[in-house]
Amino acid sequence: MQLRRSIALLNGAQTVGTGRTFWAGFAMVVLLAALLPVVADGFVANNIAYFLVWTFMALGLSLIWGYAGILSFGQTAFFGLAGYAYAVVTINAGDAHGLTWAALLVALAVSAVTAAVLGYFMFYGGVRDVFVGIVTLSVTLVFETFMAQTAGPEWAIGSARLNGFNGMNGMPSLTVPWPGQAIVLEGAPLFWFLLGLLVIVYLGLRMLVNSRFGNVLVAIRENPTRAEMLGYDIRRYQLSVFVIGSTLAGLSGVLYTTWGSYITPSSMGLNAAALPIIWVAAGGRKDLTASLVATLVLLWISQMLAVYGSQYALVLMGAILLLAVMVAPDGFVLAIANRLSNARQRHPSRKQPTGTAEQATASIKS
Amino acid sequence: MRLDFLYTAFAFFYQFADAFAFLILCAIGLAIIFGMMGIINLAHGEFIMCGAYVTVLTARRGLPLPLAMLCGALAAALIGMALERLIIRRLYGRLFDSIVATWAISLMATQATLMIMGPSTEGLQTPFGSFELGGLSFSVYRALLPWFALALLGIVYWIFMHTTYGMHARATIQNAPMAKALGINTGRIYGLTFGLGAGLAGLTGALYAPTMTTVPTMGSAFIVQSFVTVVLGGADVLLGAAPAAAILALLQAGLTTSYGQLIGQIGLLVTAIIVVRVLPKGISGWLARDAG
Repeated sequence: MQLRRSIALLNGAQTVGTGRTFWAGFAMVVLLAALLPVVADGFVANNIAYFLVWTFMALGLSLIWGYAGILSFGQTAFFGLAGYAYAVVTINAGDAHGLTWAALLVALAVSAVTAAVLGYFMFYGGVRDVFVGIVTLSVTLVFETFMAQTAGPEWAIGSARLNGFNGMNGMPSLTVPWPGQAIVLEGAPLFWFLLGLLVIVYLGLRMLVNSRFGNVLVAIRENPTRAEMLGYDIRRYQLSVFVIGSTLAGLSGVLYTTWGSYITPSSMGLNAAALPIIWVAAGGRKDLTASLVATLVLLWISQMLAVYGSQYALVLMGAILLLAVMVAPDGFVLAIANRLSNARQRHPSRKQPTGTAEQATASIKS
Repeated sequence: MRLDFLYTAFAFFYQFADAFAFLILCAIGLAIIFGMMGIINLAHGEFIMCGAYVTVLTARRGLPLPLAMLCGALAAALIGMALERLIIRRLYGRLFDSIVATWAISLMATQATLMIMGPSTEGLQTPFGSFELGGLSFSVYRALLPWFALALLGIVYWIFMHTTYGMHARATIQNAPMAKALGINTGRIYGLTFGLGAGLAGLTGALYAPTMTTVPTMGSAFIVQSFVTVVLGGADVLLGAAPAAAILALLQAGLTTSYGQLIGQIGLLVTAIIVVRVLPKGISGWLARDAG
C-alpha cells in the first residue's frame, strides 16, 4: 500500500513527462545507456560516466532553485567540501573492508552538516532571496581561496596533504569488498553504478517533489508570505530542501573525486560555480527532467569545445545562459517539451498539468 | 619605548585605513546599483577588471596616469550603460533573472578578456614610492587611497543629495510609478544609475591597477569583500556603506595583523553571516529603524 502510494507520486503536478510514452522512452534510454559499456569502447563509457557525475549536483540545484525558489550560487562549495572529505578519509584509511563507502558517507555528512549550519544562519536569520545568492557565493569563493593556500606541509590531515592550488590526488576509487577479488568501481562497473544511482535519485526526487513536501516548496516559491499565512514554517522547509540539494552536490563531489582520482580548489571557483546554474537555467529549473537533459547536453557541448581551449566553451556557456534568461526564462528543454506536448494533444482538456501555483495550493489543501 | 608603541599604532591604523579604502571602493559601485535598483550586479568584478585594463593599456601608451584612470572609469561606465540598455532593462521586475544575466555577462567578459589579452598583462609602477617609519616601509600611494575613498563617498553623497539627477533618483527609489507620474524619466534614471555604479567600479579598478597585476580573473579578488560590505550595509547605500566598511576594516586589520590575510577574509564573511542573523536588514536597516 505504502509502496503503491509512493509509486503514484512519480507522476504529479510538479513534474513534466507523465504519460505512457514518456516512461517507455525513459526505460528505453536507461536500457540503451546500460548497454553502452558493452557496445562502445572504454573511453566512451568513461566519458559518459564523467557526465553522469555532475547530474546529481544539477538535480539538487533544480530542487533548491527551481522548486523552492532559493537562489543558491554556492553548490560547488558542497561539491568541493565533500570531494576533499572523501580524499582525506580514503587517503588515511585506505580502500579495504569497504572503508571507501564509509568515506562516502562521511563526505556526504560533512556537506549536509555544513549546509545545515549555513542554512540555519540564512533562513532563520531572515536573509532575503538575493542575499542567499551572495552569501552562498561568498562562502564558495572564500572556501576556494582557503583551499588554494594550503600548499605547505603544515596543511595535512593525517597522512593526507591538501596540496594547495594543485589539489589532492591518488585517492582510491569506491571499492566493493568481495570474497577473493574486491570490485573496484572504475570503467564499466563505475558507469553502471552511476547510472543506477542516477535512476534512483531521479525517481526519488520525482516522488519528493510530487509529495506534500514538494507542493509546499512550490507554494513557498510562488509566494512565501502566503505559504507562511497558511501555517507552514517556511524556514524549516527552506532549510530541509537546502540540505537535501547540497548533499546531492556533495554526492557529485565525491563521485567526481573517485572518477578522476583528483580534486582541486578550482573545481569550486567562480567558473565552476556558474556551470550548474547554466545547466539548470538553460534546461528549465522548474523541472527535474529538463534540468537533467540540459546538464548532459551542455556537458557534451562543453567537452567538444574544450578541445580548442576552455575559454571558448565558457564564453558559449555564458551566452547560452544569457540567451536562456532573455528568450526562454523557463528553460529551453521545458519550452520544447511543452510545445511538443501541446502539438500532440489536440484536446486542451487532456493537457497534462505543468505545476502552476494554483495547482500547488490546491493539492496542498486536498 | 613610547615611540615603538606609536609606530605599532600607526602600522595598525595604516592597515585599517588601507582595508577601509579597499572595502569602500570595492563596494560603492555594487551598493549604488543594489540600493537603487535591487539588482546584485554579479559582473561587478568585471567592471573593476575593465577599469584596470583600460587604465593599464592607456597609461602604457603614454597617457598620464590620472587621465588613464579617468579613461578606465569612463569605459566601464559606458559599457555599463550599454549593457543596461541592451539587457538589464528587459529584465526589470524579474529580479533573479537579472542577477543570473549579470553572471552570464561576468563569465563571458572574463573568458573573452582571457582570449583577447592573454593570461597576464605587464602592469604599472606604483607611483610616489614609499616612506619609512620605525623600520617599516609604507607605500605613499596606498596611504593616499583612504582619503580618496572618503572624497568619493562625499562626492556620491553630494550627487544624490544636491543634484537634479540625485533628487530624481531618490524619488525613483522611493516610488517609481509616482516619480514617473511627476514627469521623471525613470528609465533614464535607471540607465544613469547603472552607468554610475559601473563607472565607480571601473574607477576602483583604475585606482588599484598600479598596485596589483592585471589579469582577466582579477575581478574575483574584489567580489567577496564587496558582497560582504553590501550585505552588512543593507539596502541604503548612503547610510550603510561607510559604517559597514569601517567595522569590517577594523575587524580585517585586527585579524590580518595577527593571523594573516586569509583569516581576515574569512573573519569578514563569518561576521557578515552572523550580523545578518541578528540584523536582517543590515546596518542601514538598523540605523533607520526609528524612521521606518
